[in-house]
Amino acid sequence: MRFMMIVKGTTDSEAGTPPSPELLEAMQKYNEELVKAGVLLAADGLQPTSAGIRISYPEPGGKPKVVDGPFAEAKEIIAGYTLIEVKSREEAIEWALRMPDPHGFGQGEIELRQVFEPHDLTSEPEALAGQAALRKQLDERRRP
Amino acid sequence: MNRPAARRTVDAIWRIEAPKLIAALTRMVRDVGLAEDLAQDAMVVALERWPETGIPDNPGAWLMTVAKRRAIDWIRRNRQRDDKYAELARVSELISEDDMDKALDGEVGDDLLRLVFMTCHPALSREARVALTLRLLCGLTTEEIARSFLTSEPTVAQRIVRAKKTLNAERSSFEMPSGEELAERLSAVLEVVYLMFNEGYAATSGEHWVRPLLCQEALRLGRILAELAPREPEVHGLVALMEIQASRLRTRVGDQGEPVLLLDQDRAQWDRLLIRRGLAALERCRKLGRPLGPYALQAAIAACHAEAPTSEETNWIRIAALYEALSRQAPSPIVELNRAVAVAMAFGPAYGLQIVDEIAGLSALENYHLLPSVRGELLRKLGRYGEARLEFERAAAMTRNVREQELLCARAAECDARSSD
Amino acid sequence: MRFMLLVKATGCSEAGVPHSREHRFAKEASLASMAEAGVLLAAERLQPSSGGIRMAFSPEGEPELECGPFPADSWLLAEYLVIESESMEEAIGWARRIPAPGGCERMEVELRRLEDKAHGPRNIGLENDLALQLGMLRQD
Repeated sequence: MRFMMIVKGTTDSEAGTPPSPELLEAMQKYNEELVKAGVLLAADGLQPTSAGIRISYPEPGGKPKVVDGPFAEAKEIIAGYTLIEVKSREEAIEWALRMPDPHGFGQGEIELRQVFEPHDLTSEPEALAGQAALRKQLDERRRP
Repeated sequence: MNRPAARRTVDAIWRIEAPKLIAALTRMVRDVGLAEDLAQDAMVVALERWPETGIPDNPGAWLMTVAKRRAIDWIRRNRQRDDKYAELARVSELISEDDMDKALDGEVGDDLLRLVFMTCHPALSREARVALTLRLLCGLTTEEIARSFLTSEPTVAQRIVRAKKTLNAERSSFEMPSGEELAERLSAVLEVVYLMFNEGYAATSGEHWVRPLLCQEALRLGRILAELAPREPEVHGLVALMEIQASRLRTRVGDQGEPVLLLDQDRAQWDRLLIRRGLAALERCRKLGRPLGPYALQAAIAACHAEAPTSEETNWIRIAALYEALSRQAPSPIVELNRAVAVAMAFGPAYGLQIVDEIAGLSALENYHLLPSVRGELLRKLGRYGEARLEFERAAAMTRNVREQELLCARAAECDARSSD
Repeated sequence: MRFMLLVKATGCSEAGVPHSREHRFAKEASLASMAEAGVLLAAERLQPSSGGIRMAFSPEGEPELECGPFPADSWLLAEYLVIESESMEEAIGWARRIPAPGGCERMEVELRRLEDKAHGPRNIGLENDLALQLGMLRQD
C-alpha cells in the first residue's frame, strides 16, 4: 500500500528561507534510508505559494476563479511530499515518525495519508471486505 | 500502548530492521538460522518491554544491542561445550564494538549483500531460495509465504529449516563471492527476485489468485539491490523491467480476484509513477556504459511501449531490434514469438510469419494458444484467409479464457466469410 | 491436471509380435487426435522386459537385482502416455480412444493423476508484452 507523507508549509518555507545545513543533511540521510529500504517511490519539495495560483469554482457550473499566491494559512499549505510503498499502516507510521522535524522551530508538521488503490475507487468497502474474506476462506480450503 | 497495538508496531519495526539485524548477526555467528533466532529473541524482549517503557528513539539500535548480548551469551556457552579455537576467533571478531556501530549507522551494505547471496545460494532449490529470501530479507512470516504460494505452512517451514541446514553445511556459503563467481551468483539473485515477481502475477488460469504481495516484495528487494550493487547494470535492468511491467499490472482486481492485465486500450490507466521510476532505472543502467543484458533489454522494450503516447506512435523498428538482441542473449520461443509480432509491425506481416514458421514446430509452444493466435493474425493480414481460419480455430480450442475464445471465433468466422468471397 | 495412462504389457508386446497394419494406423490416428487437441504431453513405448532389470531395495544391504523377462501381469508396462485434461472423466474419454489390439490379446490401461508440478520459471514480462503487442497487431 502507498502512503503520502505530506510536509506542511511553515513561515520559513513560505518565505523561501532554505533549511539549515543540519536539517538538509538529516533529510538527505532519511531519504537515503528510505531508498536503501526499497520503500521510496517519490519525494519532492514545492516552491513557496507566492509562485502558485489557486483555481476555485465558487459558482456551480460557472467560470473558475483564479487567485495568485501567496496564500495566508501556512497550515493549509503543502511544502513537500514523500510517497512510500509499504506493507502496513504501522510500517508507514514508523517511517513517518523517523522523518526529521521538517522545521525545527516549532512549526514542523507532517500529515500521513494513504493513497487509494485502483480497486478502492471502483468498489464498495463492504464488498471489498467481503471479497477479501471469501478469498481467504478459499485460500484456506486450497491448502493441502 | 496496549499489547495488540504494540504487537503491530513491533511487527512494523521488525520489517524495517530485521534484514539489517540478521545480516549483521550472521556475519558474527556464521549461522543464518541462529542469527534469525537471536534477532527474533530480541523482538520478543521488545514485545515485553515496549508496552511499558514506550518505543525507544532508535528501535533498531535497541534491538541490535539486545541481540548482540544474546549472541555473546550463546558463543560463551557454545565455547564451553565445544572448545574450538575457531569460536574464539569469532568472539574476538564479535567483541569489536566497531561492528555494532557500523551496523547501526546503516553501513550494513556488505552484510546485507552477503545475506542475499546466501539466501540465493546455488546449493538451494529454487523454492528454498525464494522462501528463505522472503523470510530473511523481506521479513515475511512463514504463514505469509505459505499463503503467497498456496502451500501449507509446515511445507514452507520445513523448506526453510532444510535450507538453513544446507547453508550451514556449505561453509563457503558465508563468503562473499568474487571474480567470475560474482557474476554468476548475482544472476542467481536476480533470478530469485524475478521469480518472486513472476509468482506474484502468475495468476492467469483462474487456478491461482492474485498475489500482489510477492510482486511488491520483489520490487522492494530489487530497489534494495540497486543500492547494494549500484555498479551492476543488470540489477538496474531488472528493477526497470519490474517497475515498468508493474505499471501495466497494477490491477483492477476482478470478481474472481484475478488480475486484469492493462492492455493497449487501457493506456491511460498505466501507472505513470512506476513508468517514471522504471525509465530512471533504465537510464542508470545505460549510464554504466555496457551493452544491455537480458533484463535491461526486456526493460528497454517495455519502456518503448511505456513511452509511446498512443499505439500508433510505437517505435516498432527499435522494438524489433531489441528483440533481436534479446534473442541472441536469451533465446526462447516466446522471445521469437514477440519478435515476430514486432517485425510484422515494423516491416510487414510476411517477415513476421517467416519467424513464426521457424518456431511453429517447437514442443515448448505446443499448447501455447498465442502461437496460433499470432500466426492466424499474420496470415489474415496476408489475405490467406483459409489458413488463418484454421489457426484461429486451433487457438480458440487451446485457450480457456472465454473472452479470448469469443474473439478468436469471431476472427475465424470473418476469415471464413472472406475466403469464400 | 495431468494424467498418466499406463498401458500394460501383454504376451504379444513381450514377445515383440508386431501389431496388424490396421491397428498401427488406428494407434497413430488416436495419438494424432490427442496431439491435435493439445492434450498429449508425452507418449513412449517400452522395450520388452527381457531387456529390463528389477532392483529390490531393502533397509539393509545391497539391492537385489533381477533380470527380465518378467511375467506379463498387471505390474508390467508396455507404454505410457501423459495427457493434460480438465477432469478424470475427460481423461477416461481419451483413454477410450486408445485402440484395442485385435485378436486374442486383452489390453489393460491404468489411469493415474500426476502430482502438479510447480510450473517452471515463467517470464511474465515477455508474456505480458506479447499480449500487449498481439492486441496492437489485431488493431493494426
